[in-house]
Amino acid sequence: MRLDVKKTYKLFIAGKFPRSESGRSYQVKDTKANHVANVALASRKDVRDAVQAARAAQPGWAGASAYNRGQVLYRIAEMLEGRREQFVNEISSLTGKTQKQADAEVSAAIDSWVWHAGWTDKIDSVAGSMNPVAGPYFNISTNQPTGVVGAFAPQGSALVGFVNTIAPAIVSGNTVVVVTSENLSLPALTLGEVLATSDLPGGVVNILSGKEAELSSWLVGHMDVNAVDLEGTSNPTELEISAANTVKRVIRPGTYPREGAKGNLQHILDLMEVKTVWHPKGH
Amino acid sequence: MFDYAPAPEAKLASFQKSYGHFIGGKFTKPANPYPTINPATEEVLAQISHGTAKDVDLAVKAARSSYEKVWSKLSGAERGKYLYRIARIMQERARELAVAETLNNGKPIKETRDFDVPTAVSWFFYYAGWADKLDHAGLGPNPQALGVAAQVVPWNFPLMMLAWKIAPALAAGNTIVLKPSETTPLSALLFAEICQQAELPEGVVNIVTGFGDTGAALVGHKDVNKVAFTGSTEVGKIIAKQVAGSNKKVTLELGGKAANIVFDDAPIDQAIEGVINGIFFNQGHVCCAGSRLLIQESIHDEFIKKLKRRMSTLRLGDPMDKNTDVGAINSADQLAKIKKLVKKGVSEGGELWQPECKIPRNGFWFAPAIVDNVSPANTVAREEIFGPVLSVITFRTPAEAVTKANNTEYGLSAGIWTEKGSKMLKLADQLNAGVIWSNTFNQFDPTSPFGGFKESGYGREGGRQGLLSYLKAGK
Amino acid sequence: MQAEEIVGSRLTNQSLSRWLHSLPGVDKVGLEARAASLATRSIKTTSKVWGLDMAIKMMDLTTLEGMDTPQRVRSLCQKAMTPDMDDPECPTPAAICVYGDMVPHAKAALGKSKIYVAAVATAFPSGRASMKVKLQDTKDAVAFGADEIDMVIDRGAFLSGNYLEVFKQIQSVKQACQRPKGKPAHLKVILETGELQTYDNIRRASYLAMLAGADFIKTSTGKVTVNATLPITLLMLEAVRDWFDQTGELIGVKPAGGIRTAKDALKYLVVVKETAGERWLTPELFRFGASSLLNDVLMQRKKLLTKTYLGPDYVSVD
Repeated sequence: MRLDVKKTYKLFIAGKFPRSESGRSYQVKDTKANHVANVALASRKDVRDAVQAARAAQPGWAGASAYNRGQVLYRIAEMLEGRREQFVNEISSLTGKTQKQADAEVSAAIDSWVWHAGWTDKIDSVAGSMNPVAGPYFNISTNQPTGVVGAFAPQGSALVGFVNTIAPAIVSGNTVVVVTSENLSLPALTLGEVLATSDLPGGVVNILSGKEAELSSWLVGHMDVNAVDLEGTSNPTELEISAANTVKRVIRPGTYPREGAKGNLQHILDLMEVKTVWHPKGH
Repeated sequence: MFDYAPAPEAKLASFQKSYGHFIGGKFTKPANPYPTINPATEEVLAQISHGTAKDVDLAVKAARSSYEKVWSKLSGAERGKYLYRIARIMQERARELAVAETLNNGKPIKETRDFDVPTAVSWFFYYAGWADKLDHAGLGPNPQALGVAAQVVPWNFPLMMLAWKIAPALAAGNTIVLKPSETTPLSALLFAEICQQAELPEGVVNIVTGFGDTGAALVGHKDVNKVAFTGSTEVGKIIAKQVAGSNKKVTLELGGKAANIVFDDAPIDQAIEGVINGIFFNQGHVCCAGSRLLIQESIHDEFIKKLKRRMSTLRLGDPMDKNTDVGAINSADQLAKIKKLVKKGVSEGGELWQPECKIPRNGFWFAPAIVDNVSPANTVAREEIFGPVLSVITFRTPAEAVTKANNTEYGLSAGIWTEKGSKMLKLADQLNAGVIWSNTFNQFDPTSPFGGFKESGYGREGGRQGLLSYLKAGK
Repeated sequence: MQAEEIVGSRLTNQSLSRWLHSLPGVDKVGLEARAASLATRSIKTTSKVWGLDMAIKMMDLTTLEGMDTPQRVRSLCQKAMTPDMDDPECPTPAAICVYGDMVPHAKAALGKSKIYVAAVATAFPSGRASMKVKLQDTKDAVAFGADEIDMVIDRGAFLSGNYLEVFKQIQSVKQACQRPKGKPAHLKVILETGELQTYDNIRRASYLAMLAGADFIKTSTGKVTVNATLPITLLMLEAVRDWFDQTGELIGVKPAGGIRTAKDALKYLVVVKETAGERWLTPELFRFGASSLLNDVLMQRKKLLTKTYLGPDYVSVD
C-alpha cells in the first residue's frame, strides 16, 4: 500500500505561497469532524503584506489591455477545467456534497470565469458613454477600476462563491485581497495554485485563510484599500462604519448571489469609478 | 552594405490537391474544379470547386437544419465556449494560417503573421464573450438571432474578413453559409478544418467556394435571413437590389477613397509613417486606405520629399521573405486595373513617382507610387484604385480640407494629422466618414465599430454595434 | 552654419525657446510603433555577420564604476585589443570609455592601438557642480590625452526652460576640448533621456546640443533606470538626419546603457539604416555605449562560424 504525499496549504501573496508570518495554523475538518489539513492562519501582518502586494500590482494589471486581461481570465478557466477532479474531491470532502453536486459546482465556477473573461473588453461599450453636452465640447465617460479591493468570500461556499467574489473585482483591473471561508478554505487556496499558473501577475489576487472576525477590522480599516466586499463577514454594519473613515466603496452582504455560473455587471461596476473628460472642438 | 540577406519563412502550410465545399460538417467531393494560385509566383496551389446553385442550396439547408435543431437551442454560454475553442485553435495554428494566407493572397508574411491572423483571432475571442451577454447588446432583454446568414467576403484580408463575419453572427446565435473570394479560398478551407477540430456542431458553419455566380445564388437564396457583404461598391449595389423587397436584413462594407489630411502642425515623422501605412499597407488593397493625401500647401514640398525618401526604404518582393514590406498584387485583373488608372492619372496632369524596385520575373507586381499635383477634378482623386497609389492634393485651411475630404461618394474612413486637439475633434465632427483616425491610421480592434457612410456601405463590424445587424429584439 | 543663422535671430533664452518649441511634435504611440516595426526585421546569414562585426567596431567598451582601478581598466583594454583569442580577424571596438582620471591607465594599456579613449566629464553622471569644476574635469581629461569627451547636459536647466544656459555650457565644454597641439577631443553630449522623459524634450535637447557644437548626441549615462531604447534612438537619428539636410553637418548618435544582446544591437543597426541611412553605419557616426554587449556579440559571431550555441565559459571576461 502506497502512502500518498499530502499537501500543505499556504497563503497566496504576491504570486508566492508563504506561511503566515505569525507561524500559526488551524485545522480544517470534513463534515464528519475528521482532520483534513492544517491551514495557515493569517494574521494582521499578512493582511498588511497582502495589501502592499495588491497595491504594487494594481497599476500593471489595470494598465494591461482589456484583451490581455480577458486572455488571462480565460486561461484561469482552462487551468481550472484541467484540474477539476482535485477540486471536486476537496469540495465533497469538506461540504458533504455528492460527487455529482460537487462536479456541478466546479462547472459553475469554471463557467463563471469564462463569463467574467468576456466582460473585460466590453464594460465601456455598455456602461461608458459619449455625452451630448450643450456646448462645443467632446465629452466622454469611461469606467476605471477603483484600485485595491478587500473582500470576504462567503462562508458557506467552498469554490464558486469564492470565484464570484474575486472575479468581478479583477475583471476591470482591480487587485484584491480576499479572506477565504474559514472552514471551507481548501479549494480557495488550491485555486491560488491555478492562478499562479495562469499568467496572472503576482499580487493581483492575494488569498488569506483564517478567521474573518480577526482579520476584518484590519483589512476594512486599511487606508490603502479603496473598496470592500463584506459578503462573508459576521459584523458588516460595524465594518461599514469603519470603511466610512476613508469613504471606501462598500458592497453589503447579500447584495449579489454568488452560487451561479455567471456574475452580475452591477457587481463589476460597483468596483469601478466613472471618469468624465471634456475637450473643446473648434478650428 | 547592410543589405538584408534573404530571410524566408518556413513553408509551414500544405494544401490538398483539390478541395470540395464544407457543408454539414464535412467536406464534399471536389467538383467543377478551377485552380487557385500564388500571385507572387503564379504557381497553382490547389484545385477549388466552383459552387453551383445546388451546392449553395445544400449548404443553406444544412445551416437551416443545424439552426433549428441544435444552434438555437444552445445557451449563449455554450455558444461562447465554441467560439473560444475556435479562437484557441487558431492561435495554436497561427503560423500555418499566416503562411497559407501569404501564399494564396500575395501579401507579406510579416503582415499575415503580425496583423491578419492575430486580428482574426481577437475577433473570435471578443465575440465569444458576447454570446452570453446579448441582453446588453442594446436591443432590450433576450434578443433573438435572425437565423441563417449568407456571408460573402473579399480577397484582400480573406481570413480576417471571415472572422469579422463569422464571429458576431455565431455569437448572436445565427448559422452561416460563407463564400470566400474566388482568388483566396484556402484560408477559409483551413478554417473549416478548425471548425471540425473545435467540434462545432455540423452545419453551423458552411463554406461554399466559387465565383460571383456562386455568391449571387447564395445572396438570392430564399431561405436566408441575413446577407453580409464586403467587396466592391459595384457589386454591393447589385446585392442591395437583389434583396430589395425581401425580408432579408443586409449590411454592406464597400469601397472608399479616404482622405488622409496632414496639417502643418502635424507630428511630421509620424505623419509620414501614417501616410505610408495608409496607402502601401497590404499593397493598397484596403477599402479604408488613405488613398488621397490632403497636404497643407505650406508644407507640401518638404513633406513630399520626406515621403519619397521613406518610400525608398520599402522592400518589394517575395511575400514569404520576412523583410518584405510590399507583396504581390492579388491578380492579373487587379494589376491591369491599377495600371489603367495610373495611366489615366498621368494623362490628366498628375506627376508619377515610384522608387526603384527590383520586380520579380513571375507574379503580379506594382511598385508603390505617388501621383502628385492631383486636383479634385481628376480621375485619380475620385475613383478607387485599390492598389499602392497615393494621389496628392493640397489645401490651405481646415475648412477647405473638410470640403475636399467630403467631396466623394464614399465615406469609409479619414485621417487627421495635427497636434491640436480641438482642431482634430472639430474636424472629426465634420468629416463624413465612419472611421476617423487621428495621428494614426489603419487601426482595427474587435471592440471598435468599423463601417462606412454613403456609398461605402452601411452596418458596422466590431464592438457592441457589430452585434446589432445579427439580432432582432426579443418578444 | 552659425547658431544665429540657424535659429534665425540673436541667441536669447526666448529665441532659443521659440525655435525649439517650433520643431514638429513627436507622437509617442506612432514613434514607438515605428521602432517596434523596425525591430521585426529578420537579419540572417551574411547580413548578420556584417552586422555583428560592425556592432563590435561601433562599441565604446565601457567601465564607469566608483571601484574602477588601474588593473581593471588595463584588463578592459586588453579585452578590447583581443576580443577573441581564437580569431585574430575579429574586429575591435572603436573606443574604451572610462572616468577622466583613468585615462592615463587606458592610454598606457592601449599603447599604439587605434582604439580611442573616451572620457566622461563634467561631473558625470549628474552634472550637478559649478561650471568651474565641470570645465576643469574636462580639461584634465583632455590633458591626459582623451580622444573623446562624453559630457552631460544640465538637465535641471533644461527642464526649467533655461535653454540658453544649457547651450552655453555645451559651447564652453566644446572649447575645453581644444588642445594646444593636436586634434581637439571630439565631443559627445549626453542628454540623459531617462530624465528628460518626453520625446518632445528629447527632440529639443538633441537640436540644442547640435546647435551648440556636439559631434555626437548620446542618450544616457547608463546610471539611471531608463537608458537607451530603440524609439529614443530612432528619434535622435531623425534629428541628425534632418540636421544634415538643414545644415550639411554630419553628427553622430550613441545609444548607451541597457543594450545587452547581439539581437538588440542588430535592431539598432536596422534603425540606423532605415532612418538616417547607410551613411551613418560607421563608427564615425554611430556608437554603442556598452559593456556586456561585447561578449554576447562574440558568442553569436562564433555560433555563426561554428554552428553551435556557446556558453559564457567560451568567451573571456574583461
